[in-house]
Amino acid sequence: MPPLHPPRAATPDVTALPEHSPDSPLSVHDVTVAYRHKPVLWDVDFDAPPGAMIAIVGPNGAGKSTLLKAALGLVPLASGGVAFWGKPFAKVRRRVAYVPQRESVDWEFPVSVLDVAAMGRYGRLGWFRRVGRADRDAAMACLERVGMDGYAGRQIAELSGGQQQRVFIARALAQEADLYLMDEPLAGVDAATERTIIGVLGGLRSAGKTIVAVHHDLQTVPEYFDHALLINTRVIAAGPVAGVFTKPNLHATYGGRLTLMDEAAQELARTMEGLR
Amino acid sequence: MSSLMDILLFRAGHNTAVVLVGCVVLGVSAAVVGAFAVLRKRALMADALGHATLPGIALGFMISAAFNGTGRETAALLLGATATGVVGVLAVQGILATRRLREDAAIGAVLSVFFGVGAVLLSRIQALPGADAGGLTHLILGQTASMRSGDAWLIAGAGAFAVAVVALLYKELRLVAFDQEFARVQGWPVAGLDLAVMTLVTVVTVVGLQAVGLILVVALLIIPPAAARFWTDRLGVMLVVAGVIGGASGAGGAAVSAVSRNLPIGALIVLFAGAIFLAGLLAAPRRGIVASVVRTARLRLLVASHHRLRELLGGPSDPLGAHERLADLALRRRGLAASTPAGLVLTEAGRRRALELEHAERWWIDRFGTTPGSGPPPSADAVEHILSPGLIDRLDGRSRGGDRP
Repeated sequence: MPPLHPPRAATPDVTALPEHSPDSPLSVHDVTVAYRHKPVLWDVDFDAPPGAMIAIVGPNGAGKSTLLKAALGLVPLASGGVAFWGKPFAKVRRRVAYVPQRESVDWEFPVSVLDVAAMGRYGRLGWFRRVGRADRDAAMACLERVGMDGYAGRQIAELSGGQQQRVFIARALAQEADLYLMDEPLAGVDAATERTIIGVLGGLRSAGKTIVAVHHDLQTVPEYFDHALLINTRVIAAGPVAGVFTKPNLHATYGGRLTLMDEAAQELARTMEGLR
Repeated sequence: MSSLMDILLFRAGHNTAVVLVGCVVLGVSAAVVGAFAVLRKRALMADALGHATLPGIALGFMISAAFNGTGRETAALLLGATATGVVGVLAVQGILATRRLREDAAIGAVLSVFFGVGAVLLSRIQALPGADAGGLTHLILGQTASMRSGDAWLIAGAGAFAVAVVALLYKELRLVAFDQEFARVQGWPVAGLDLAVMTLVTVVTVVGLQAVGLILVVALLIIPPAAARFWTDRLGVMLVVAGVIGGASGAGGAAVSAVSRNLPIGALIVLFAGAIFLAGLLAAPRRGIVASVVRTARLRLLVASHHRLRELLGGPSDPLGAHERLADLALRRRGLAASTPAGLVLTEAGRRRALELEHAERWWIDRFGTTPGSGPPPSADAVEHILSPGLIDRLDGRSRGGDRP
């Protein structure tokens, strides 16, 4: 075969891809994040394929939520970089919707369900402009997509956990983004809500959107997602679910035994602590 | 001496009217600004700020005394108050940034140290020869007898500014208070908006010093919005209600203080606000204590009456405990049961009601192995009227699917 491309790009090796591919809605390059002295993410390298549903999977404390937060600039990177469609996040904010964990807000806050969904419109409204009829209609349509239109006037404290989650997803839909980063969208929701949410996410994927979701239920990963990113501080494996969801990979992700590297790191940390 | 009514209708002379206007505007603006401090869980920061103004007041006095002798220049005092107040807030944030202390401890430490420094400086001032430091202690507990129309204008201007900023930034402040992470991801300057709220809190605190004093000014920021929350679930309504409560407390405190010359106005304003808060805590329709006690008692009585109805279906029996005795009383009054020499027995209407209940419970148990929610099961008839046909089909489908335990 004649070499049509420069040799670097011709190798089908992930590490050889250009640093921030403009095709990938989200490329995470060598990201390390540390809280105090403990690294939470170590050299994470990952390109999200466009138009896919990608699950971030790993045990508690593996850095799944932190990866989303680091990508969105909510926690500082110790090193590495993140690009969205090859651009810095600040340039493409509107195209990226974030669904935080439900527990991250106070549900006693005095707002209605429709108010929360309409918050997805604030980015395009800009400073000082009030939420108008068009925005309310758009927010209402999004509530309808998640089956919450009947609750539009309710105070958010009256909702069940699954309903709260659906309202958060409606808020993200109202943003009309191209990439959706979701932190455990199916955590603690009932079976009917799970079906509704998966239906909505499937609709987004059919429309060419990309979804990256932290997911805790290993059993449903192959059914719901196309791709998976297995992490436990480091990336264990990434790619199409069928190829990635292997016993050795899952064992490496969830396995109880510390690797030699981790032991060495902990030893080092203890020594440093002793020297302070 | 003027009556309360005269004072509230501005018929008690210029000075009293000035004080009244000042206190009402202060009450309204502190409530509106304070609502966002409370919702953003920053309310106690305002307390640190208030106490941290004391050393600045003393320093302002000393500096202006060094220049013109009397030291009672309002501008110097308020500028000094602002300066150390801001330093106090920054100190709290600095301590929090080191992640060594929790917020409550950091606020407590800063608040007391700054207040201590202020107290030491004040005692030095009182020992200065020729200094008229008498007015300074009013800034601690508040005293409006000395409020002049210039001061009232200052409060009115600052209050109007604060309310205008909140109105302008309503959407943004609400977003940050509800979900700051989402706001940051959308590109809103969360730190800048927080700073805006803290600036308004500072403005209201400093202009409020003369009226209510630095110890109690935080009450005007916190109590009215907290009281307003009892009455509404909407932020917009809550701001209006909080403003009304704040303004009414200001008016009430000013009026009572004018009638009884020697009661401190700051304390009176806070007592009015506190009384309104207490009324809401007890009597608000859904969030009040009385309403919630009544709701619980009603539910218990309902459960006990249903239990008794079913029990009496099997023959006369004695009630167990207070709830069942009350339930028996309710059943007799509704004509569902009647006293006989043998004991309580069901009437014909009571028998029908009891059978209905049994039927409803069987309907649920047969289908799903359990009844929905807590409390007595809704009757099958009610189910067909309340639930959508789609949901009933889904429920039926589930039961046929062998999901039963």
